[in-house]
Amino acid sequence: MQNLNFLFAAYSLIWLALFLFLLRLAKKVSRLEQELRRFEDK
Amino acid sequence: MKSIKPLYLLLAVLTFLLVEGALYMAFLYAPTERTMGDVQRIFYFHVPSAWVAFLAFFVTCIASIAFLRTGKAAWDRLAASSAEIGVLFVSLVLITGPLWAKPVWTVYWTWDPRLTTSLVLWLIYVTYLMVRSYTADPQRGARFAAVFGIIGFLDVPVVYMSIRWWRTQHPAPVMGGGGGLAPEMFRTLMAGLLAFTVLYITLLLLSYRISTLQQKLQALEPSA
Repeated sequence: MQNLNFLFAAYSLIWLALFLFLLRLAKKVSRLEQELRRFEDK
Repeated sequence: MKSIKPLYLLLAVLTFLLVEGALYMAFLYAPTERTMGDVQRIFYFHVPSAWVAFLAFFVTCIASIAFLRTGKAAWDRLAASSAEIGVLFVSLVLITGPLWAKPVWTVYWTWDPRLTTSLVLWLIYVTYLMVRSYTADPQRGARFAAVFGIIGFLDVPVVYMSIRWWRTQHPAPVMGGGGGLAPEMFRTLMAGLLAFTVLYITLLLLSYRISTLQQKLQALEPSA
């Protein structure tokens, strides 16, 4: 096994970036759906 | 609103399974490359990231053309959603590339044509997103962004062809020129491409849904 630190860094950064992006999208969807429901209930 | 949720769930499960399969193949199925060693395994997610970025910018380009022709906001929303995902994946290419280059080339970055054109691509679409955010009139901003999205796409073939057009350190493309991959490596790459394509579709649907909800809210706000 050679240069495992670079391999580990690359894969960690890929999954961290994708996870944060997905988290941001999921939070936005739920916030917007809540707001929309509030408007519709009025 | 309710009918779309099973589709998200299905896509999320499919994406998870495909990514798991691609990871298994990248680490346990594909053989270790003789000269580069294990660091070469970055390639199995670096190339699919580049592919998704190209695909995302292609969708942005087509949706921008459709928006300019029809004026329908849905096309503009699709273009913006896809560009945002494209920027994420080009960023991943620009991060994983140097992490591969350091042990192989001994430097993180060199002003090689492939690397430079990729950085230019990233800058073009970051600017595209900024144009959208900072223009006061949204309608005008959408038109500006559409033109930018179409012209910006011209850099994609330049990035792809840079290996053939100029002298470069970057490895040759696997398909249509480079070749030389062991069958197990080729299958692993294909698994990565499939997994990332499905991931792109999932992210695009989610991102498009956000922009649709935002538009609905904007339409409701003045009357509320």
